[in-house]
Amino acid sequence: MANGTALEAKNLELWYGGFQALRDVSLAVPQKRITAIIGSSGCGKSSLLRCFNRMNDLIRGCKVKGEVSFAGKNIYAADADPTDIRFRIGMVFQKPNPFPKSIFDNVAFGPRVNGLTDNLEETVDRALHRAALWDEVKDRLHNSALELSGGQQQRLCIARALALEPEVILMDEPCSALDPQATLKVEDLMGVLAEDYTIVIVTHNMQQAARVSHMTAFMNMAEDRAGVLVEYGPTPQIFTTPKNKSTEDYVSGRFG
Amino acid sequence: MENGSAVRRNMRTRRAKGRIFSVLFLACTMVGTLVLVVLLVDVLRDGARWFDWQFITSFPSRDPEKAGLLSALFGTVWVMALTALFAFPLGVGTAVYLEEYAPDTRLRRLIQTNINNLAGVPSIVYGLLGLSLFVQFLGLGRSVLAGALTLTLMSLPVIIIAAQEAIRSVPETHRLGAFALGAARWQVVRKIVLPSALPGILTGTILAMSRAIGEAAVLIAISALVYLTFIPTGPQDRFTVLPIQIYNWVSRPQDEFQHLAAAGIILLLIVLLGMNAAAIIVRNRYQKSSEE
Repeated sequence: MANGTALEAKNLELWYGGFQALRDVSLAVPQKRITAIIGSSGCGKSSLLRCFNRMNDLIRGCKVKGEVSFAGKNIYAADADPTDIRFRIGMVFQKPNPFPKSIFDNVAFGPRVNGLTDNLEETVDRALHRAALWDEVKDRLHNSALELSGGQQQRLCIARALALEPEVILMDEPCSALDPQATLKVEDLMGVLAEDYTIVIVTHNMQQAARVSHMTAFMNMAEDRAGVLVEYGPTPQIFTTPKNKSTEDYVSGRFG
Repeated sequence: MENGSAVRRNMRTRRAKGRIFSVLFLACTMVGTLVLVVLLVDVLRDGARWFDWQFITSFPSRDPEKAGLLSALFGTVWVMALTALFAFPLGVGTAVYLEEYAPDTRLRRLIQTNINNLAGVPSIVYGLLGLSLFVQFLGLGRSVLAGALTLTLMSLPVIIIAAQEAIRSVPETHRLGAFALGAARWQVVRKIVLPSALPGILTGTILAMSRAIGEAAVLIAISALVYLTFIPTGPQDRFTVLPIQIYNWVSRPQDEFQHLAAAGIILLLIVLLGMNAAAIIVRNRYQKSSEE
């Protein structure tokens, strides 16, 4: 693969109070590709994702050790500003979480709090176009975002992240609350976005990982030890010729 | 089949119980409502005839025909305006700090327990505190300012607790969404938390203000005068308030003064309803504008 590395975790460890949720995780996320993180519930995949934009900082009792390098800098360095990191690395959550504001104000939120209010309308238009939502909302930009369907709300959340032109977009099970048709739209969208952005997606849905991603990381809870990265490689390899027995069991639907 | 009939029998008693409970709860509701209606009718019957323009625009007098509560009305408006001015920002600020900023330490829990207990302290205690702290120690005298500050102390715990509940009810996903877009904490508070929590905060404030406006015990300790023949023109002036004026009239033997007291209650209710209406209008307007 000719792409460089967008994000790289090095010996990452994470605790919630006394519970260790990540153990010595190292992986390199390639630029402008889709990297999927799969694994059963509680294996630490969402924790890993939240390490990439320091969202774990907001959880009480959470402690991170190790490094995540982004654009040549460790985002856990003492002088790194989490606000700046979240500005450059966008995130889409499991459940669509539009603010109780208008569609326009939702997309404009990021630019506004970061002081990027020149050509705000243009920024919002472009983000909505990119998120493939423009045609559905262009006549009601000033209506409440809560009027939209679940799938539209999720694409609005993607547009909200895109409005900041982030270098990376993190997606935490973005389709788990959506019906199959809405899921398909979001997946198509990810494919298009991967031409310009680096995407990391956590998913429960193995078909989804196989369909959309270029790289797949499999995490597991082995012997009551959560947060182990078992195997990481190109998606076709993980799904057809995995090196590890537990990876093979998981991707073929045999657990355990 | 035997099983089925047992289930049916069971259904009958359950349905009967359901009806009994719904009547019981209705009765509970009626007790409160009926008492309120009786009170209103009684007050209106006693006081309506005495409630006129002369009553509102006159100063208190020994002659019930000439007596009014102009000074008490202005005193109440002055005190409530200052109380709201002090208590609202202080209460909301405290709630924001405790919910959004304060780390979960023993100190925070101690403060929280204190606030919860303060909400239940009898108002006369606040009155005595106000007397020694504001009137004597800070040398504010028996002024509008001292009264308003004392009522502020009394209202604060209620406003803080209501505001905390409102802030806690803002979905965490909204905060996380805003943080993920690079918002700083004060921006999350200002743009996400407060707009969503404002209706609840205002409701709590209305409740606290409603309690404060009818409060006589606190201000008796501050000694708000009854015979006041001027209107307070500033926070340093002496004052009296409606509930104390009403209390004074009620405690007199003459029948006429009882009617004056009832008329005073009508005015107090009107001021109270006016304040609540204003707060509700503000709340609704804000709700609409935050949804745009």
